[in-house]
Amino acid sequence: MSAVSTKTPQSDGPQEERKRERGDLGILIGSHVVLICWSLIVVLPLLWTLFSSAKTTGEIFSGPFTMPHDIIGTLKDNFSSAWNDSHLGRYLLNTVIVVGIALALVMALGSMCAYTLARFPFPGSRAIYYLILAGNTFPIFLAIVPLFFVLKNVGLLNSLPGLILTYVAFAFPFTVFFLYPFFRALPAEIGEAAELDGAGDWRTFVQVMLPMARPGIAAVTIFNFLGLWNQFLLPVALNTDEKNYVLSQGMANFASSAGYEVNFGALFAGVVITVIPVLIVYVIFQRQLQGSLSAGTMK
Amino acid sequence: MPSAGAPTAAPKRGGRRMRPSRLLFVVITVGLPMVLYLGLVIWPFLQAIYYSLTNWGGFSSSMDFIGLDNYKQIFGDDVFMKALRNNVILAILVPLVTVVLSFVLATMVTVGGSTTGAVRGLKGSNIYRVVSFFPYTIPAIVIGLIWAQMYDPSKGIVNGILTHLPFGLGDRFNSFAWLGETATAMPASIFVIVWGFVGFYMVLFVAAIKGIPAELYDAARIDGAGRLRTMFSVTLPMIRETVQTAYIYLGVLALDAFVYMAALNPTGGPDNSTLVMSQDLFKTAFSQGQYGRASAMGVVLAAVTLLFAALVFGVNRLLGGKADK
Repeated sequence: MSAVSTKTPQSDGPQEERKRERGDLGILIGSHVVLICWSLIVVLPLLWTLFSSAKTTGEIFSGPFTMPHDIIGTLKDNFSSAWNDSHLGRYLLNTVIVVGIALALVMALGSMCAYTLARFPFPGSRAIYYLILAGNTFPIFLAIVPLFFVLKNVGLLNSLPGLILTYVAFAFPFTVFFLYPFFRALPAEIGEAAELDGAGDWRTFVQVMLPMARPGIAAVTIFNFLGLWNQFLLPVALNTDEKNYVLSQGMANFASSAGYEVNFGALFAGVVITVIPVLIVYVIFQRQLQGSLSAGTMK
Repeated sequence: MPSAGAPTAAPKRGGRRMRPSRLLFVVITVGLPMVLYLGLVIWPFLQAIYYSLTNWGGFSSSMDFIGLDNYKQIFGDDVFMKALRNNVILAILVPLVTVVLSFVLATMVTVGGSTTGAVRGLKGSNIYRVVSFFPYTIPAIVIGLIWAQMYDPSKGIVNGILTHLPFGLGDRFNSFAWLGETATAMPASIFVIVWGFVGFYMVLFVAAIKGIPAELYDAARIDGAGRLRTMFSVTLPMIRETVQTAYIYLGVLALDAFVYMAALNPTGGPDNSTLVMSQDLFKTAFSQGQYGRASAMGVVLAAVTLLFAALVFGVNRLLGGKADK
């Protein structure tokens, strides 16, 4: 890619070239300015949130730029208040349980289903595939009222298992949609070779095919993780028992329930608690994540 | 020889007999997830359509078939119509602003470097990419909460900065309630959604642009195309499919918008200026117990969503895009 054309077109005289270089410089600087501005717009709210989590509610009300008096002490108060009094610790645990199990389940079920549909077509498999794709097109909101009663009837309303199953069901169509092309692209000869070596379907799937679809699987896992971690509507509608709250729901409750008595310092601390773990994970894995995005666009 | 059921190079459709072990494999791998999917996704979708034709909830707890009455009611309801209108505004503006902004930023990052020599991106572009992506990792509800605080009339940092504008310009932002004024509540909310998504689509576009063969840029340059020209004649057509996907995802998201609006203006904003259909639906169902009418709202929401997707496909095709594969 480099050194393909180190020369500008010959028709340009030296003057033209100088003009062009000056234009380059302008655009170069302009681009940096725009990008820096956008980066500031992204980062400032986050820094301000962090800053505010070190302030007492009184200090927060006296203006956005008031300096906190006792940074360490207030930080400690705010974070312990958010963690204990507002139960964010418990909500975090609930979220980890629900998202962790749902993610494992949907990846297992989704990759199995995508694999079979892509590689062992049977009568009706095409219809099933389209039925799964249809799940991507309809908004969850359409289903929310009946879903409430379906879960109620099977006794899973307001329970973590109910929430987990719902998460799995709604993340399933996207998972299949994304993985189907990956399994489809794997050469059939490899499956045949594994079969000749005496591997059964399960073994071929788990030990040969899954590892070969790894880029796709990594990408979907990340997307599903973010999607499920951020899920708001399903828990708010289907999981109204306070002790089963997940983090996003707990935060919304925290911000609204107490009305005028909101402890704003603790609210900001809660935001920091919610954001920091995912942000750290992202900074560590951002290469894979961005790579997985390109895997998604280039298929 | 592999048995008859083994896949050939291009798996053919048809009902060739499978051996029992494979049949079991297929039944388990497809059947197990499908039970869950049919029960918790497809079945509720179908039920919603039926519920929407009944008077379930409301004054009686019985469920009678009432035909299209719910639809007549919600289309005669000013609040719902306003919510519908707000959703349409969101579905137009959110994708437009987000896609344009992320496309421009992605172009700057990838081909903003010198025009002499090979196409190259900006120095330090990786940092911009990583930083811009931050908001996508933050739960939407938390994004909403952060910005609700940012917009706060007296303690928020938005006014904190704007009141320092020179020439008396800053005075008007003293205690200005961004989310409390009918004129600004919607634009301010749109900005929050855009803020949350630009980084993601920027990274997506960067990936797509990097997939364009460098020779295309070289050729355009030898033909004397300037930067703007290259952007519209090379970059945009080459990543058309990605832009279309982005447009549809963002539109669908904007047609829901529940989580953002619930965090920014839980009650629908001043004079319902930011109320969206999903909020109205949620209230109608879970606060008022009018499940039939709420389901009708869900059907309308779904219909608008499908219409939107069809529209984007149609426009893209009119503008010369590929027909679907």
